[in-house]
Amino acid sequence: MSCDLDNALLHSYFDGELSVISAAEFQYHLARCSDCIDELAAMSSVRGSLKHARLYESAPASLRLKIRVGIHSRAPQTRPSPLLGRRGLAAAAAIVLVALILWRVVPVVRKEEDYQAEFAAEIVDAHLRSLLPGQITAVNSADPAILTAWFDSKVKFAFPVRNFASNGFALQGGRVDIVQGRTVAALVYRSRDQVFNVFIWRTRESDDSAHAGERQGYQWIDWRKDRLEFCAVSDAAPSDLQTLQRLLTLSSSITAE
Amino acid sequence: MEAEDRARFEQLVLPHLDAAFNLAAWILSNRSDAEDVTQEAMLRAYRFFDGFYCGDVRAWLLQIVRNTSYTWLEKNRRMHITDEFNEELHTQSSATPESIAIAGDDRERLRQALETLPPRFREVLMLREFEGCSYKEIAEITSTPLGTVMSSLSRARRQLQSAMAKHAEGEAAHEL
Repeated sequence: MSCDLDNALLHSYFDGELSVISAAEFQYHLARCSDCIDELAAMSSVRGSLKHARLYESAPASLRLKIRVGIHSRAPQTRPSPLLGRRGLAAAAAIVLVALILWRVVPVVRKEEDYQAEFAAEIVDAHLRSLLPGQITAVNSADPAILTAWFDSKVKFAFPVRNFASNGFALQGGRVDIVQGRTVAALVYRSRDQVFNVFIWRTRESDDSAHAGERQGYQWIDWRKDRLEFCAVSDAAPSDLQTLQRLLTLSSSITAE
Repeated sequence: MEAEDRARFEQLVLPHLDAAFNLAAWILSNRSDAEDVTQEAMLRAYRFFDGFYCGDVRAWLLQIVRNTSYTWLEKNRRMHITDEFNEELHTQSSATPESIAIAGDDRERLRQALETLPPRFREVLMLREFEGCSYKEIAEITSTPLGTVMSSLSRARRQLQSAMAKHAEGEAAHEL
């Protein structure tokens, strides 16, 4: 297109995304620009072909059935926090009755372990996904004020945003992600060649110190502070993750004061 | 309680199964992979249904489907998720005698042209053209800024047009 008008404007017009005034301005331009008219004609011809080509892939009936069977065979999960009373529960039970532990508490602990594994899988998946081209940050900024303002419009909870560039962890930006079906904020840090995702979400559980784990070669560390749960993930060494965790905990206590 | 949740899920989420399947099928460009991924995404959505408070169910579900699809791609077909459009490769692969023979069929022509696009471009096209999502909804589903949605959409359309033009050229050359 040799017309020097912003291409995004043409597409926004085509998709009905312009305000009434901008659309009128664009129509004024259109009446005088054969390039834009040609481009619009080409675009609507493609749209027409797409509509008529019946390319929509409807789900097969067998899939619908499988899913209905699937949801009838399991209840929606009520999510304990991954830190929730794992040890406390087992320890208290141990004091009560050995026999009781064997047939009643062991399955509870097992369930917690399943939950842990699932949590780790989801967190590592979210980390892997973020490494795909163009997916790591929705807002690229090392400026905590910009990121705070951006998150303010995206998530319903507030959390401290800090750049630890002087400590070797440079803030890259942030995005909003979904982990275990809930909206989480993700801060991205880089240290040398390593990328760190810090997922943050609101929790009802009380504060808890850090618990760490490993899955598929990725390390994660999870902690709770001030009704927020944090989980940092990276393929860096566990000690690097712990350093970042300490920096983050420190910064949130400074904010709280 | 459990039956209530299930009924609510079936009433609110299940009607969007076609949209979920269509999106997965076009991101993965494969129906049988899409069945697995959609099933996994739907069950995941059901498990975490209590994490969904209010808002747009379809956008919430499509976000989960999309994430599940990309996770699947990352695990199974790492090579294919490049953002680059390798024109040379795609021109070669689509110009087999077989593909030219069926190029006359508009539906096949479009399908093949779409398959030459990177998943991320197919995805925005599907959301816009088939699901009728607004830019804002697409931005929400794909967790990308509005500006990126606009530029992906315009690049996707341009690549689709040029891929279709190439097909038409191939067809004309074959007839000579």
